[in-house]
Amino acid sequence: MNHDTRQKILRTFLQNKAAIVGLVLSLIVVFTCIAAPYLPLPDPINQSMSLRFKPPSWQHPLGTDNFGRDVLSRVIWGGRVSIVVGVLSVVMAMTLGTIIGLVSGYKGGYIDNLTMRIVDVLMCFPTLILGILFMAALGSGMTSLIIAIGIAIAPRFARLCRGAVLGVRQNDFVEAARSMGMSDLRIMFRHILPNVLGDVIVMGALWVGAIIITEASLSFIGLGVPPPTPSWGRMVREGLDFMGHAYWVSVYSGGAIFITVIGFNLFGDGLRDILDPKLRQ
Amino acid sequence: MIAYTIRRILMAIPTLWVALTMIFILVRVIPGDPTSAVMGDYVTEKSLEVLKKQMGLDLPLIEQYGLYLYNFIRGDFGNSLITGAPVLKELKNALPHTLELTFTSLLIGMVTGIPLGIFLALKRNSFWDYLGRFFSLAGLSFPSFYIAVLLILLFSMKLDLLPVMGVGATGDFWDRMHHLVLPSLTLGLLMMSYLTRMTRSTMLDVLGADYIRTAHAKGLERKKVIFKHALKNASVSIVTVLGIYAGILVGSSVMTEIIFNRPGLGSLIVGSMLNRDYITINSIMTVYAAIVIFINLITDLSYGLIDPRIRYE
Repeated sequence: MNHDTRQKILRTFLQNKAAIVGLVLSLIVVFTCIAAPYLPLPDPINQSMSLRFKPPSWQHPLGTDNFGRDVLSRVIWGGRVSIVVGVLSVVMAMTLGTIIGLVSGYKGGYIDNLTMRIVDVLMCFPTLILGILFMAALGSGMTSLIIAIGIAIAPRFARLCRGAVLGVRQNDFVEAARSMGMSDLRIMFRHILPNVLGDVIVMGALWVGAIIITEASLSFIGLGVPPPTPSWGRMVREGLDFMGHAYWVSVYSGGAIFITVIGFNLFGDGLRDILDPKLRQ
Repeated sequence: MIAYTIRRILMAIPTLWVALTMIFILVRVIPGDPTSAVMGDYVTEKSLEVLKKQMGLDLPLIEQYGLYLYNFIRGDFGNSLITGAPVLKELKNALPHTLELTFTSLLIGMVTGIPLGIFLALKRNSFWDYLGRFFSLAGLSFPSFYIAVLLILLFSMKLDLLPVMGVGATGDFWDRMHHLVLPSLTLGLLMMSYLTRMTRSTMLDVLGADYIRTAHAKGLERKKVIFKHALKNASVSIVTVLGIYAGILVGSSVMTEIIFNRPGLGSLIVGSMLNRDYITINSIMTVYAAIVIFINLITDLSYGLIDPRIRYE
């Protein structure tokens, strides 16, 4: 990509208001969560029975929960889990999927046939169900969440990457590289990979939001990060039991998920509009 | 069309076989010995051995696999490790609730999302287009369980109109429907967002095509161009995404079932996952795979109906 194209892409991005709103929203969420230890927030874990179910006020802008913990503080601390899992799962799925897709698309033949069959079948299962299954296999915890969700969606990246590789493989420069005696590994990673990376990154950006939802769903079921570490999905679940007199626990923690996900979705959508050559024409 | 149908059905069989094999492997990867899960911690070695034998876990893996496939073909899913009841019976009880929910939500999504998508494509870049696009993207950014929470808050707690829990009395059709409103609305809204977006972008693709310009140029009335030329060509893509989203819907139904306490497949699989009930998990996964493969089959078959060219490939 030369300087001019880069300039053009940046300009198109700056014209896309929705994408900028998305970027700003995601950055605010990410930085607030990173800054959690330095913000003047009450402890998210310490319980105080005298403060149970306090409605939103100046002291507790989003109220307190059944253990007297400040909901705002728990929402901000809980975001750390969601963001880390969201981003790292995508990175993991991207890496895994890209490698599988590269090898499968480049090698072709029975390797391609076999991997794509497996990918097809894995894509038959709803992502959440696969996530549940892998979580059950790995046990609860943040690392398990990242691995479980990463593996569950990697097939989608493999499928996309393989399709892109099939297109790039036809190019003369690949043939030229081969005739110069370059190794397959070098051709795959130095010559083909840079040409398919754009597609993979766009898809990654589009998936961060969906993964944050998946993570929240798993914690909602009780398969996420174990308590007392706050996580959005479980906060919504816990709040459901006392919706009648303390709606704020569920509603605000769910609202945090919504704001974060819509930020990432707007940004991902904008990124696709800019980088997708089919839409650019 | 008959030859095409038969060919597609035959192609679904190897996919189902690979799915069964993968489920067999995946479920056995889950740690935690099912026998000790059944018997609890206070158990003698001997009774463990007996149970293992009963469950066929003492056989070599390859024999277990053969037996598993054989039983599947016979329609024997085994007995639940926790309740001891035949899994097939539990599935038969749970499946209608899941199908009922998925079907109504899909219907809600189609009836609202597809017309809305066409409308937005025709009004491209207008105020309505921006509004519609924003709302459909917002719809995708709601976790299904959060839509459920908000709907419960509004319709059950504030307005006291609709029930929150359960599926209603068996045999009482209206009571069942009454209990179905909120869950299917939850998923229906999600589906609507997906379908609006996809229909809009597909229609935009088609509306930009040369044959549409030709149709306009030769003086056809607008209605005819949109509904006969554009929509007909867009429908293949719309059916494709409909198939994909129906699969996603089956997955999202898990959360909805848990929130609304509906005894469907989702509640069943989460329950058995927490109890490490291997055999039930195995069977539910199979049912999920079968449903998605079936949806794909229907999608493929409707391609053939919509676009005769596909039948001859």
